[in-house]
Amino acid sequence: MTNGRTSEITTTVLGADEIILNMGPQHPSTHGVLRVKLKLDGERVVDSECIIGYLHRGVEKIAEHRSYQQFAPYVDRMDYVAAVSNGLGYCEAVEKLLGAEAPPRAKVVRTILTELQRIASHLLWLGTHALDIGALTPVFYCFREREEILKIFEKYCGARLTTHAFRIGGLQYETYDGFEEDVKRFCNDFEHRVDEYETLLTENRIWVGRTKGVGIITAADAIALGVTGPVLRGSGVKWDLRKAMPYAAYDQYEFDVPTRPTGDTYDRYLVRMEEMRQSRRICLQAVENIPSGPILGKVGKVLKPPPGEVYHSIEAPKGELGYYIVSDGTTQPYRLRVRPPSFINLQAFQKMAQGALVADVVAIIGTIDIVLGEVDR
Amino acid sequence: MQRLKARFGDAIKDATQDRKQAIVLIAADKLREISRYCRDEEKFDMLDDLTAVDWPKREKRFDVVLILYSFPKNERLRLKAHLGQNEPVPSVCEIWPVANWLERECYDMFGIIFEGHPDLKRILLPDEWQGHPLRKDYDILKQDTAWVRENLGIESGQ
Repeated sequence: MTNGRTSEITTTVLGADEIILNMGPQHPSTHGVLRVKLKLDGERVVDSECIIGYLHRGVEKIAEHRSYQQFAPYVDRMDYVAAVSNGLGYCEAVEKLLGAEAPPRAKVVRTILTELQRIASHLLWLGTHALDIGALTPVFYCFREREEILKIFEKYCGARLTTHAFRIGGLQYETYDGFEEDVKRFCNDFEHRVDEYETLLTENRIWVGRTKGVGIITAADAIALGVTGPVLRGSGVKWDLRKAMPYAAYDQYEFDVPTRPTGDTYDRYLVRMEEMRQSRRICLQAVENIPSGPILGKVGKVLKPPPGEVYHSIEAPKGELGYYIVSDGTTQPYRLRVRPPSFINLQAFQKMAQGALVADVVAIIGTIDIVLGEVDR
Repeated sequence: MQRLKARFGDAIKDATQDRKQAIVLIAADKLREISRYCRDEEKFDMLDDLTAVDWPKREKRFDVVLILYSFPKNERLRLKAHLGQNEPVPSVCEIWPVANWLERECYDMFGIIFEGHPDLKRILLPDEWQGHPLRKDYDILKQDTAWVRENLGIESGQ
């Protein structure tokens, strides 16, 4: 089945020892409907091409036909394992366009929920990534802790996955009774949990063998390819939007930006493990001192941002998630563009997979941490 | 900004700020030279995003928008160029390799031709699809009926 897609690597002449192998779009290790065409020389990947778009829903087009508030739930369905982060980026972008700001209390609650979401997203990544490589156990532990986070989301706003937790201008819901205790309890438990995952993997000979030196990308290549998030930090670039251009309440908290030097799969693993610890640290600091006051700023019921445009981006679990919104002064965005971290990071796959073994392809797809809902939008 | 003006003269048409964000309007045919200058001299080492906006009533209907980021300066800059319906624009792939997929998406959604792109083809929609959905004259319910019928065996995906 061609499915209407031609591919450069299938039209070039193959060497005597070369074959083309198709992976996906229906393949458990491609984390969704990603299709990869591999040009192989024996077990080595000579070249590769990602074929995407199977999950394209035209989110940017839909935005032009919805009001600013109506569009908010749609962003949850891009990176659907980190809906809270998508919502934060969108709400803040529209607020910037309006010239409005969320009240301090809303900012802190947003920060807590977004950091919990980062942990949840990283846990999902860790579990499935380890599963792909053949470590069966971590996924059970990861989902156990992720469940606790989803329970907090459920108690807060009624939804677990596509949460629509925030509103433009602040929050719709007050925190529930016992919110602080729930977050604290989770954070206190979680400290030992990360260590537990590490005892399973960090010095595990098979894990090290399957990840060390696999899918290397240098800092220069990563920047040229626009790679952001943990993948960039795994290549030794100490850059995090929460520090570089603080938003929400991140400027109030102490946390480190972990980096690793070599840019291989193992280093990206260590970066994400440390990020979970840092997220926990932020949550604990934030929950100790949630300011009182209103949760929704004065933005009005009908949002009509003055004509003009804005670009706002946040550090989502997968990298820089940006929104570029053009307003023509009406209640609907004239144009809304999403800078999707998964889409842009996936482009680096070709570079990372060059010269790798077929078995490593699965590890490399996992280590980029993509969500096809966001790649295809 | 003044340095850009001194270097490129008339190719820099306007420089404004919107919501405290810098926007520079440039001549489309000078996009590659200006991009190279921004990367090498002004240290905008990362292309954050590349996209377009359609203004069908305007004489030159498209805005091509590049969002640049500089790691050393921790600053963003937006380059913008007006573009007519069938007017090609120079590709910036050789300056920022990330532009490869971004320009393909832009071509897919708006039908903008990037000259010098190594492999300009659709990325999200099927290769044979007719039309460019993010143009304003492409209705939200519109689809390539013939393609849908032939490949999916249904009348409509709506």
